[in-house]
Amino acid sequence: MRWFWYASPQTFYPLAGKLARWCGFAAALLSAAGLYIGFFVAPTDAQQGEAYRIIFIHVPAAWMSMFIYVVMAFWAALGLALNTRLSGMMASALAPTGALFTFIALWTGALWGRPTWGAYWVWGDARLMSELILLFLYFGFMALHASIDDPRRADRAAGLLALVGVVNIPIIYYSVKWWNTLHQGASVSLTSAPKMAATMLSGMLVMALAFWMYSIAAAMLRVRCIIRERGA
Amino acid sequence: MRVVVWRELLVAMRRRSDVGTVLLFFVIVVSLFPLGIGADPDKLRVLAPGIIWVAALLSSMLSLGRLFAADYADGTLEQMLLGAAPLGATAAAKAFAHWLVSGLPLVAIAPLLALQYDLPAGLYGMLALSLLLGTPVLSLIGGIGAALTLGVRGGGVLLALLVLPLYVPVLVMGAGSVEMASAGLGGQGQLLILGAMLIVAAAFAPWATAAALRISSE
Repeated sequence: MRWFWYASPQTFYPLAGKLARWCGFAAALLSAAGLYIGFFVAPTDAQQGEAYRIIFIHVPAAWMSMFIYVVMAFWAALGLALNTRLSGMMASALAPTGALFTFIALWTGALWGRPTWGAYWVWGDARLMSELILLFLYFGFMALHASIDDPRRADRAAGLLALVGVVNIPIIYYSVKWWNTLHQGASVSLTSAPKMAATMLSGMLVMALAFWMYSIAAAMLRVRCIIRERGA
Repeated sequence: MRVVVWRELLVAMRRRSDVGTVLLFFVIVVSLFPLGIGADPDKLRVLAPGIIWVAALLSSMLSLGRLFAADYADGTLEQMLLGAAPLGATAAAKAFAHWLVSGLPLVAIAPLLALQYDLPAGLYGMLALSLLLGTPVLSLIGGIGAALTLGVRGGGVLLALLVLPLYVPVLVMGAGSVEMASAGLGGQGQLLILGAMLIVAAAFAPWATAAALRISSE
C-alpha cells in the first residue's frame, strides 16, 4: 500500500524536508497575519481591557500542548504495535515542541492572570495543575528517552510512558467543567456559537493555524536530524 | 501469584532493615516540617494531612527502586519473563508485595503522626482510610516507573521524575479527603474517587508494568 511508502526513514527524509520548508513559510505568514489581527484589528475587550490580547498566543498554545501530546502518544502506540522505526522518531521529534507550547501556555497564562486574577499562579486551579503535570510528563518522556543509549529501546520505553500519561489529557480538557475552579470555561466550541467578537475569533484561529504549521515544521526538521543521527 | 507474594515477603523479611528504613524516612520527613514551618499548632493542624500524604508519596517512591532491581541483577527476572505464569499477574503480585512492605506500615503509623500534629480524633480514621486506598495505587503506578527505569543511567532520579507527576492525582484526592472531612463536609467523595483510581490502576498498571519489563530486558 502507498500508505507505507513513507514509513521508511529513507523515503520520508526528503518529504520531511519539503514539509518543513512549506510549513515554515506558512507559519511565518500566518503568525504575521494573526498577530496583525490580534494587535491592530481586534477590538479592546470591555471587561479585560488590552490584557486579553494574550489569548491570541495563550489559547492556541494550550490547544497545541494537548494535541501534540495526543499525536505523540498515537505515534508511540503505533511504534509499540507495529514496531516501525519512524514512529518512535516522530514521537521523540514532537516532544520538545509540545513541551515548548505547554510552557508558553503556562507562562502567558501567568502573565494574563496577574492583571486579571491578581496572581501569577493559583494553586487551587485544576486546569493549571493538570497543565503543569503535562509539562512534567513531556520532561519525563524526554529524560527517559535521553537516558537509554539504545535508540530502539529508548523509543519503546518512552512510548510506553507517553501512553500511560495520556490519561492526563481528558483531565486537562474537562478540568474547567468538572471542578469549575478559577479558570474560565471554553469560549470556543464546535457545537455552539463562539462567545466572542468575530475578529477576535478569527485572530485566534489564524494563530492556531500558525502554531500548527510551526509544530509540523519544527517536528519535521527535528525528525530529519534524528534520521541523520541514527544513520537510518 | 501467591508464590510470588510469599517470596517477596520472605526476601523483605530477610532484609528487615530495608523495610525499617522506609518507615523511618517517612517519620523523619513528617517531623521535619514542623521544624521548618514553625511550631504554631493551628497552622500545623491544617497542614498535617498534606504533609503526611507528601511524605507517604516520597517514601513509597524511594522504595520503588528495589522492586525489580535485585531480580534484574541476578537473572530471576528473566526466569519470570520466560515462565509460564502471565507476566501481568507476576507484576501485580510484586506491586502487592511492595505495598504490603512499604505501604501498609505507613497506614498503620500515620494515626500516630497525626497525634503528633494534634489532628482531631475523628480524622484519624479518615486519614488511615485514605492512605489505605491510596498507597496501593502508588505501588501499582510506581511499578511501571520502576520497570521502565531498570538498568538505566541515573535510574533513581529519573524514576522520581517519571513517577511523581503520575502520583499527583492520588495526592490531591488523598489529602483532599482528610481536609474535606476536617471542614465538616465529609470526604466520602474523594475516598470514592481514590477507590476508583485503585480499581483502574489494579486493572491496567500490571499490564503496563509487564510491557515495560519486556522492553527493559530485551
